[in-house]
Order: sequence, then C-alpha cells, then structure tokens
Amino acid sequence: MRLNRKDILGIEDLSVEELETILSTAESFKEVSTREIKKVPTLRGKTIINLFYEASTRTRTSFEIAAKRMSADAVNISVSTSSVVKGETLKDTAKNLEAMKPDCIVIRHSSSGAPHGIAGYVGCSVINAGDGNHEHPSQALLDMLTVREHKKSLAGLKLAIIGDVKHSRVARSNIYGFTKLGASVVVCGPATMLPPGIEALGCKATVNVEDALRDADVVMMLRIQLERSKGADFPNAREYSRLYGLDDVKLRKAKKDVLILHPGPMNRGVEISAEVADGPYSLILDQVTNGVAVRMALFYLLLGTSREDAPKAI
Amino acid sequence: MELTIIRGGTLVDPATGTNGLYNVYISGERIASIRPFESDTIDPSPGLTIIEAKGRFVLPGLIDVHTHLREPGYEYKETIQSGAMAGAAGGFTTVLCMANTKPVNDCEAVTRQIIEKAGKAVVNVLPIGALSHGMKGERLTEMHELKSAGCVAISDDGMPVANAGLMRTALEYAGGVNLTVISHAETPELASNGVMNEGAVSTRMGLAGIPNAAEDAMAARDIQLAELTGARLHVAHVSTAGAVALIRSAKGRGAKNITAEATPHHLTLDHEAVGGYNTNAKMNPPLRSMKDVQALRAGIADGTIDCIATDHAPHSTIEKDVEFDKAANGVIGLETAFSLIYGLVLQGAFELDKAIAAMTINPAMAFGLAKGTLRVGSIADITIVNPSRTWTVSPATLKSKSKNTPFIGKELKAVVEKTIVNGKIVYDNPE
Repeated sequence: MRLNRKDILGIEDLSVEELETILSTAESFKEVSTREIKKVPTLRGKTIINLFYEASTRTRTSFEIAAKRMSADAVNISVSTSSVVKGETLKDTAKNLEAMKPDCIVIRHSSSGAPHGIAGYVGCSVINAGDGNHEHPSQALLDMLTVREHKKSLAGLKLAIIGDVKHSRVARSNIYGFTKLGASVVVCGPATMLPPGIEALGCKATVNVEDALRDADVVMMLRIQLERSKGADFPNAREYSRLYGLDDVKLRKAKKDVLILHPGPMNRGVEISAEVADGPYSLILDQVTNGVAVRMALFYLLLGTSREDAPKAI
Repeated sequence: MELTIIRGGTLVDPATGTNGLYNVYISGERIASIRPFESDTIDPSPGLTIIEAKGRFVLPGLIDVHTHLREPGYEYKETIQSGAMAGAAGGFTTVLCMANTKPVNDCEAVTRQIIEKAGKAVVNVLPIGALSHGMKGERLTEMHELKSAGCVAISDDGMPVANAGLMRTALEYAGGVNLTVISHAETPELASNGVMNEGAVSTRMGLAGIPNAAEDAMAARDIQLAELTGARLHVAHVSTAGAVALIRSAKGRGAKNITAEATPHHLTLDHEAVGGYNTNAKMNPPLRSMKDVQALRAGIADGTIDCIATDHAPHSTIEKDVEFDKAANGVIGLETAFSLIYGLVLQGAFELDKAIAAMTINPAMAFGLAKGTLRVGSIADITIVNPSRTWTVSPATLKSKSKNTPFIGKELKAVVEKTIVNGKIVYDNPE
C-alpha cells in the first residue's frame, strides 16, 4: 500500500481516506515496537534525512527511531552543525541534500511554508515535522491515533484545544484532522492567543475556559511559551495559569471519561497542573509511544512497496 | 522642423476632457496641433512622419509617482536605465524614484548622481528625496537643497515616519519649499513582525499578520497633520477600506492638499494570492481582503484615490527565493500596470477616463509637474496602446532586471505599442 502523493506537508490537504489509511497503518506498526527485536526490513536501503532547523528532542528522536525500526538509514542534521550557519539558503541546502539521493527529507523549520518550498525544490518525499505556526501533521496524526485507541472513533467527540492557538501549528493540524474525522473542535485561550478567522478552519473559538471544557471528550493543552509574555500576549504565568491552566477543579466541567493530551514539552504548574499531567486521564506518554508508530506509517506509505501508482515529483 | 502625425487614434486626455478620434500633430518636442480625425486632411510633405493609430488609444504619457529604481547601491536588482526601459515598455514617460537607495537619496550629492544617470535614461526619471537623514526618522533632510538638485517630492517610503512630531515638522518645512510629502502610512508597532494581511488567510497559513488598523491609524495621523499644516500630503499605496474612507472624508471637508495613490496589484489581487507561500505576492502594505480591493476600486471611481502608481519594487531571486517570512517585500509593476488597469476598466470597476486621469494629469497635479496632458504646446510625451492585442507576462520578455511579479504566466489585454518622450519614440512594439 502506498499514498498517492509525494509529500506530507499538512493535514489540511489530506483526504479522510488518507487519514484513515495512515491511522490504520500506524496501528499495525505499533506492535513492532513491542518486539524484542524492534525492527522490520521494510525500508532497507532507503535513506531518510531529518533536517531540523529548530530545536527538538521528541519529534526528531521519534522520526529517527521510526526510520531505524523500518531499517532505513537515518541521517540527522541540526542547524548548529550544518552549513546553514555559513549563510546557505534553504533552497541550496535542499538541492545539495537531494544530490546525495535521499528517499525522504523530514524538515522542521521556524518559517511557515518552508517544507512547501523544499517540496518544490526536490524530487524526493518531504515530510513536514513542524513549520512555524502553520502545521505539524505527524503530531496531529499521533494525537488522533491516541484518541482513537481509547474512543474507537473520533466521530461525535468534542475536542477542546486550550492555550496559545495563534502560535500553534499543533492546534491547526488537529483542528483539520479531528474535524475531518467527524469530531467537533473548540479552541480556547485569551483573545490575544486566538487568531482572527480561526473559525474558518472548522472550529469554534471562545475565551471562556469553562465553555470550552464543558462536556469535552478530549482536552488538548498547548505549551505556553513563557517568553511570549514579553510580547505582552499575556501578563504573566500566574494569571495565565489561574485563567487557563488545567487543574482538577476546571477539569470537572469535562466528561467523566475525558482524555488529556499535551504535545510537550510541558510547563508543569503553568498550562497544566502536575496532578492532571500525571493523573488517570492523561495520555501524554501514550502520545509519545504512538508518535513512533505514526511516523513509521508515514515512511512506509510514502517510501514503501512499488512506485508505479505514485505520481512523479511535482 | 520635423512633423509627426499620430493619425486616427482614440485620444483620451482627461485634462482637456477629450475622448474621441483625433490626429495629433507633433512638431519637434511639442504638441503642435490636435485636429478631429473626420474633418482633417493631411497633405503629405517631405519630412512628415505618419503614425497610424486606428483602433489605438493615444494617451498623454503615463506618469508613475512611485517606483524603486535601486540605483545607486542595488544595481543587481535594477538600474535607472533598466527601470526606465521597463517604464517605457509599460507606457510610462515619467517615473518618480524613491529615496531608499544605498546610499539613501538624502543629500544633494546623491540626487545629482541620480539626475546624471537619469539624463541617459529613455524616460523622464525624477528623484524623490528622503524626508529624514538615512531614512532613520530622526533629522530632517535639507529639502531646499534636494529640490534645487532635482528632487520633486519628499518621502521616507519603505520606512514609516514613526515620530508624529517629525512628520509635522517635515510637512511644514516641505510645504515651505513647495514639495509634496509622501506618506508610507504604517504604524510600526501594529505592523510588528507581520508578513501579510492579518485575517483568515494569515491564520490558516500560520503567518504573522498586519492588521488594516496599522495603515488606518497612520493615515488618520498624517491627514490630521496635513490639515494642521496645510502642506501637500500624498498617501502612498493605499491598501485598506479604512484609509480610503479617511481620505474621502478629509476631501469631503475640503482638504485640497491631500492626494493618494493605489497600486495595480492592490486593485487586482486579494490576500488569497499569497497561497502556496508565493513570495512574489509579498509586499508592504500587503494584499488585503476583497472588501478592501472593492473599496480601492470605488476610490478610483469617485476620485478619492487620485493616482494609480506601481510601487515598482524589483528584487532578485536572492531576496525572493527564500522562506516566505524572510523574503523581501515588493513586486515589479511598471510593465503590467496599464494592462491590469485596463482589465479592471473592462470589468466595470471604473471608467476608462478615470483610470487614465489617475495615470496622467492627476499625478502631474499632485506633484506640480508640467505634464500629463496633450494640450497644444505641451511636451510630446505620448503613449499609444492597442487595447485589442493580448500578451502573456513572461520573465523572458520583461525589461526589468527583476522578475518578481505575481502575474507571471497571466494573459493580459492591451499592449503598449509606442512610447514617445519629448517627441521621440523610445519604445516601439508594433503588431
């Protein structure tokens, strides 16, 4: 099986069928990570480059482990060790990497749209591992997989995404993903963190955290970037935490069997209390486990098996 | 004296209220006579050149009061010579060039250097002097000296004048030396790190937005200062419905010292053009919503927006073939301007006469230039356009050194066939 596309740049342009295919493939790959020998030969001889222009522990490690469990050769490039510091353009970097004949470039970049640029420059597959404030498709897929394991289906669920939606690529990808699979999504945060026209992505928006949490099946807390308080998006962590931080009291508004997600890294005591983060509803570590399976599925569906039904490079 | 007759074209000269079939007689550098085509008989004589213009528009040479010709300092993007060629190809006989060169055109010496190069250019190139030294928004330039050296207006375009006190002083002082001040109306703290219009599209694309209020607030300030000082203010590249309303309201209360311009791209495209992270649709002010586009068109139609100016801003692939948020602002516009505006006329956005006025007599009046009309005795700067020919925008045929336009590949109506400056054909593109 294979997706009929070269790149995974965002959830926005994936069809429901593609999402279902990725999620069911990921489910089948989960088992590999439980084996004593955690490796399948599926992508032997394939080369995957993880090109990370932003600091990342979780996502980069997850992509690397996923590649290795598929027997692909994974090469990690982070900005501080590459020629980027010498002033090379993204296009030149991409073209040079392509000249080494990789099968896939995984890119994380602080500029929204950078993966789209690279996808246009190179013939190999490109996976967006997070671009600016735009999308983080593999994160949304692992979130969807995690919820699906507990709720069977996403259809009819209410997802509340709380935090700095404006600067969150995780929020955007999850709004697209959950609504495509039939869930309703409400985003919530101080008005400074709700960007104009966010409803056009298919969600509701509110500044009232109780409204957002009421009858929620899933609550996704976004990381608050404390450095943003300098830009006056919010006065300080204490006030933010009082209004929007998820604790046991606020959580009572949600459904009894609510699931708690957080893309990490967490600011314990700011957007999420330690009790909630470590509590019985928290799936935060399941998300991390599922991240590997989702990324194995993406590699498999882009690089695996035959190429005949796949389109040529755009 | 050599005599040239442009025969049988549709002469559109809003300054004289002319729109009909006329023969235009050029003697040397000047318009010698305008005669109705039907009743005119031409006696062939030696030394007489006849330009057949049947089915063509014969227009006063177009005037663009807002270009960036990049020389001195950024000659890899454009030179005065290449920019003037692009202007001629777009039917412009006069272009004003902004001061954000390297060094900035903030003193007599730089102005003189530009004027010297302009002397060899195919169209009239008139420099705009900086408002503040180095365009730093701190200290006024020597505006009298700039004017003596050849500057025809004052602006820190590209950089908003953040300090209201400095803007007031600049208007007062420039008024005293009879120069129009051009405002790049943008509130820096509101534009912040924005790279496109703030709205549903910026939210979807995850790009930082620039709200309409960034322009509206600064336009309001500068209009107030123009009314306070009585000096001539020209609001550059208006992009928002709010700024159009502010200018309309100022004119409504009788402010005759305020003029404004809109660009062909802001009149044509909305913020959806940025889709796919197209850096050739990135400029400042950004492409706005369709509601703003409609307001700009209505502004041309009712005369609130006096001028159509291109904000021709050449950039090389070094600045444009990069991440969207890191890409330079600006698009080229000289060569596509008339066709885009004519396309809007065909769509019914505004009347042809309004559009021609906005590209000829109105900019001339706003900056006190003795141009923009084909009245008998005036300088023979003439543009001849074939409205029934079409052309496709292609990097290979653009005269500008830079190719940064969102209209690449677009088929446009109306081809500039001849551009005549001082009675001489400087651009010829026959059918």
